Amino acid sequence: MSRSTQPDSGFLTEYQVYEPHKTGLPPLVPYITELWRRRHFAAELSRSNMRASNTRTFFGQIWLVINPLLLACVYYLLVDILAGSAKPLPGAPTGMEKLSHMVAGIFAYYLISGCISTGANSVVGSGALISNMAFPRLLMPLSAIRTAFFRFLPTMPVYFALHLLAGRPFTLSMLLTPFFLAIMMVFATGLAAVFATLQVYFRDTSSFLPYFLRIWLYLSPVLWFAEQVKHGLKPFMAFNPLYSILGGWTDLLVKGTIPGISVWVTAMAWAAASLAIGSLYFISREREFAVRL
Amino acid sequence: MTTSPSHPDPSHDKPEERVASLSDADPANQRIAVRVENVSVTYRTTFERTPTFKTAITRLGRGERAVREVEAVKNVSFEVFDGTALGIVGSNGAGKSTLVRTLGGILPPTSGRIEVHGKISALLALGVGFNAQLSGSENVMLGGLAAGLSRQQIKERAQEIEDFAELGDFMEMPIRTYSSGMRSRLAFAVSVHMDPDILMIDEALSAGDAKFKKKAAAKMHELMGSARAMFIVSHSMPSIKEMCNRAIWLHKGELKLEGEVDEVIAAYTKFLEIGEDKFAFDDM
Repeated sequence: MSRSTQPDSGFLTEYQVYEPHKTGLPPLVPYITELWRRRHFAAELSRSNMRASNTRTFFGQIWLVINPLLLACVYYLLVDILAGSAKPLPGAPTGMEKLSHMVAGIFAYYLISGCISTGANSVVGSGALISNMAFPRLLMPLSAIRTAFFRFLPTMPVYFALHLLAGRPFTLSMLLTPFFLAIMMVFATGLAAVFATLQVYFRDTSSFLPYFLRIWLYLSPVLWFAEQVKHGLKPFMAFNPLYSILGGWTDLLVKGTIPGISVWVTAMAWAAASLAIGSLYFISREREFAVRL
Repeated sequence: MTTSPSHPDPSHDKPEERVASLSDADPANQRIAVRVENVSVTYRTTFERTPTFKTAITRLGRGERAVREVEAVKNVSFEVFDGTALGIVGSNGAGKSTLVRTLGGILPPTSGRIEVHGKISALLALGVGFNAQLSGSENVMLGGLAAGLSRQQIKERAQEIEDFAELGDFMEMPIRTYSSGMRSRLAFAVSVHMDPDILMIDEALSAGDAKFKKKAAAKMHELMGSARAMFIVSHSMPSIKEMCNRAIWLHKGELKLEGEVDEVIAAYTKFLEIGEDKFAFDDM
């Protein structure tokens, strides 16, 4: 009875072998098993960060609702007051209808960009944890994803209030929205992992990130609607994952219509690719993080 | 001069088949806990303090490489059997912390191989994972989860940890209100209740006031009884003599001596007294 000596077996708790890090993936099954086993740590970390961030403010956790409300006000200003000077044509969407459509996109966009920016800082910001404890490092971006998701949840009641004010209908197809939400989360997870890795090697990443995210916002169907895409931009929309992801999301949530099959397939493909490439890239590099922090 | 203990196959635990080694003849000793084979760890760091665009350009102009390699651990080999409390001594920069982190799987070795039989609980820095805005009890949960315990296990130990730390009502206050001694006590209390299989401690013994230090030492003795093996990095010779039965001495990344704790401490102390130039390593 001899034990197999798997090189770099990673996280098997009874017997581990540590060998020099080669570029490439560690055995994935033990990694994912350990990741799943340690999930409560990522959850607790995320929960603690959220609790801690608002402890010394007056409004405390209520900021989770105040933030989306203020955001909606800002865009109302943009849409109705600043841009709505022309007389509305008959049949054109009213200010409130445009606002609700825009806000649905904005909140979803903020979920994704929140995942990416919090995720980018998750590894470099947790220096002491990474230098002193052994655990699957992917837990750090996953913790950031959970934080971004729980910041997103309070925005939904705010959206539904606007939905009602705009007089938009509630249909059964809206029950499919959680599916697109899951697609967004999976997509964002891959990106968070990529940016977390890039930030370790290239600390300027977090400085470029706000601009990259803002430009991406303007190129996505958030402030303008998927049907209104400018002629020159149309061919590039194939390269914008948010075109299908946010397009499908707003179709379901706002209009209550089920998007076409191509939208579903494209969105799922983007999400799966992002998750696979992003997390595998992160996992192949994570053993170097302790040395580089 | 390094001792070379026998290499018993862990799957054949019959005492009669063992070759006697310099660790004592206690049958519990002969199962291997950690095996380190020719391990080297090299850090690659940038040359300047802050790698900026300007320095990169000037460096490009001069045709220099910006990377400098620091060999923190050079070709170290040793074995630790069950029941061993290994003290790791050496001057600053000898590679002790690097070695301990490599044993814990935090840093990958640049070359060589490490085998660990058992689960490692490392107390390498106090209060890792703690969030200063949260209360002591919340941080106990965080620290415990960071160390790898499940929520259920932490809940079971929470009272024990609280009693050990002796912080009273402060447990419910955010730890930013604690003094540094209180913070260390809480962190130490959390770390020693993690039920370690193989415990690694890096210079964390100086936490707390005299009364707490006594309690900490007693707890460490208790852990030594239940843990499979223990590694202690410290500059305090009395602590090492008290806690450990074997020791290794690292100097500038190399393993200079491995053996019984008194022997190694004596050699190291002599080295410290007469200075590096006069000490002849070949004499050992």
